[in-house]
Amino acid sequence: MMMRLKTFRQGIHPAYKKSSTQDEKIRRISPPREVILPLQQHIGAPCQSLVKRGDEVRKGDRIAEAESFVSAPIHASISGKVTAVELGPHPVVGKFKSISIRGEGAEEDWEGPDEKNIDLSQLDPQEIRDRVKEAGIVGLGGATFPTHVKLTPPKEKPVDTVILNGCECEPYLTGDYRLMLEEPDKCLFGLKATMRAVGAERGYVGIENNKMDAVALFQDKVAGDYNIEVVALRTKYPQGGEKMLVKAILNREVPSEGIPLDVGVVVSNVGTAVAITECLTLNKPLIERVITVSGSMVQKPANLLVPLGTPFATFLEECDVDVDKVDRVIMGGPMMGISQSTLQVPVVKGTTAILVLREEEVMVPLEDACIRCARCVDHCPLSLVPAELARLAKNSKWERLRDYHIVDCMECGCCAYVCPARIPIVQLIKLGKAQLQTMDSK
Amino acid sequence: MSEKKTDQKDEKSSPEKALVREKKTPAAEGKILTVAAAPHIGVARTVPDVMWGVVISLTPVIASSIYYFQWLAVKLILTCLVTCLATEAIFQLARGKRITLYDGSATISGILIAMVLPPHLPWWAAVLGSVFAMAIGKQIFGGLGYNIFNPALIGRAFLMTTFPVLMTTWTNPITLNAISGATPLGMLKFEHRMSSLYHLFTGNVSGSLGEASALAIIIGGIYLLGRGYADWRISLSYLATVAGLSGIFWLVNPGYGPPSFHLLAGGLLLGAIFMATDPVTAPITKRGRWIFGVGAGVIVVIIRLWGGYAEGVMFSILLMNALTPLLNRHTIPVQLGGRKK
Repeated sequence: MMMRLKTFRQGIHPAYKKSSTQDEKIRRISPPREVILPLQQHIGAPCQSLVKRGDEVRKGDRIAEAESFVSAPIHASISGKVTAVELGPHPVVGKFKSISIRGEGAEEDWEGPDEKNIDLSQLDPQEIRDRVKEAGIVGLGGATFPTHVKLTPPKEKPVDTVILNGCECEPYLTGDYRLMLEEPDKCLFGLKATMRAVGAERGYVGIENNKMDAVALFQDKVAGDYNIEVVALRTKYPQGGEKMLVKAILNREVPSEGIPLDVGVVVSNVGTAVAITECLTLNKPLIERVITVSGSMVQKPANLLVPLGTPFATFLEECDVDVDKVDRVIMGGPMMGISQSTLQVPVVKGTTAILVLREEEVMVPLEDACIRCARCVDHCPLSLVPAELARLAKNSKWERLRDYHIVDCMECGCCAYVCPARIPIVQLIKLGKAQLQTMDSK
Repeated sequence: MSEKKTDQKDEKSSPEKALVREKKTPAAEGKILTVAAAPHIGVARTVPDVMWGVVISLTPVIASSIYYFQWLAVKLILTCLVTCLATEAIFQLARGKRITLYDGSATISGILIAMVLPPHLPWWAAVLGSVFAMAIGKQIFGGLGYNIFNPALIGRAFLMTTFPVLMTTWTNPITLNAISGATPLGMLKFEHRMSSLYHLFTGNVSGSLGEASALAIIIGGIYLLGRGYADWRISLSYLATVAGLSGIFWLVNPGYGPPSFHLLAGGLLLGAIFMATDPVTAPITKRGRWIFGVGAGVIVVIIRLWGGYAEGVMFSILLMNALTPLLNRHTIPVQLGGRKK
């Protein structure tokens, strides 16, 4: 590529560590006997269970929903009997009310109409939105924002561009990359369906240049389609952040405290696009997702297609995890992922990866004095001043955090990553945000 | 799991509790997993790594000072070094804090103080200056990271005002003859004589220990800035401002000396590369760092051309140190998407 690669300002270059799984084809795990489906797997109102203990459910049945618009229903990911509707382990909030289903552990193919040649231009945007909502699809990049809400832009905010996010900038993660290589048509169909739903004319596929084979493949696939452009982006964390992507590809700045919609853009992850496609062509709700299982403690790292609700322990065995030396199990990437206290937590809609790391690989906290070296300032992709935010939060100067735009922080972790004093900057910022929220609600 | 839950409750009620960095929780089969906040990975470079990196970058300067001033340099460096380390340790002991000599910051201060003193300075004066630098310049503010002024320069400023004669008695390199008031800057200012630029560059001129050789400072500086131990913006804007301003006045009146002279003479290079860039006492915003360098450059030129002293590097940096909190506050960068339309 002779052209200058597009990117955003600042950011970091962590070791990407993708080589152990980037050539592993996505494979389906052997069907689990039990799944635990928390009633909250998305941003928005939690669902109410539609089933009770003892009910028989079939794979794909809707088992929980919420009346609120910003929410997403939950479907049974295996066939079987509901064994409990009670508090269960949750990878994000610790514990949450969940529906447990016990099945036979048998292979079940998805039976739905196969409408591969569906004509998008004949599809009503409202129908797309309704079917995506029915299918319980949320942003699968990890943010889990209900997709139908994104597909429903308010009239005063017209959308002209949809960006398909194939950056996958977190180290270790390769699920999106494998999806792009193995299901390029589904990715592009999902992009086109999104464009149709929001009435956008232009579509972009943003891929980092450490995945040039995916870039080449997509360039082939969109040849002759003048509405869609494939953009190679410089490999840099957090390139996959929505604001970074919009800035890099379109040179538009999402306003402070705003979302891409404010500048006429909808960003969708490739996993989400595939889910949209399968919902429209196969009538399949969101009941499974691709996750990367990686890290030095995993003997057989892999990209797995896992039914939602499958406890980590069930399939970590298949990947040969050396349990004795494990220090940390992370759901998601090492930059923003959440460390887990038990392997009984289930895969939820926002699970992009499970990393199993030993102590030598993770950052050991030191919390030395800040020497004001300003590396955090020089690497913050949002041009914030993390050193001041951390200092003010530590000294409980909550109100002054607003002067330093604390609400704009997306908690990407670049600041804490580069900090030589290893100050838990992100943790302090989260604390500050929580304090301000409590103060505001009083 | 119940343990984790109580912890979350605490998080809301008390900020201190929420700062617990990590927590070991039992997972399945009795396996203990660590729970900690993201990010879970980070750069290997720690604060001591940075500090010792600076020490390494100072070695060419130390070597040149020993070459030109021989045992005078060795004596002065060891005196300052030992005094600084001892002062820091005693202060930390007295305050009941962890002793942090391993972090290298006191070592840097010790070396830097020696580098800004005249070679013939009596040992007791060097001890006094070092104690003042570490105690008043650094420890009473709370130690590393909290001081307002560059400790080494605070020590020098103290000696300058207390023992002005000792502090302006210079030594000829190699021959080690003591002379009075005859650094290149002094000669230009008070005797209107220019020094050889070649000697300024290689270091065969009188002056403070570390000021002598521009070449040694540049070699160390390339390592320092190249490895990212200090920010190049400050050095660049500082030097460029001095070069530009002195150039303009040189065109007006050649008696002020050419910009090449002002860049190489006195403590400017040492100050711009090793002192002004001290992260603790310089601004953290990029714009603040540019302004810091320009401001220091302006002050140096004003003092050198019209001030009562021949040299102004020390005061320029100390004055800009004082402005640093203000610069930080007024140069908060516009965050992405924060620009008003």
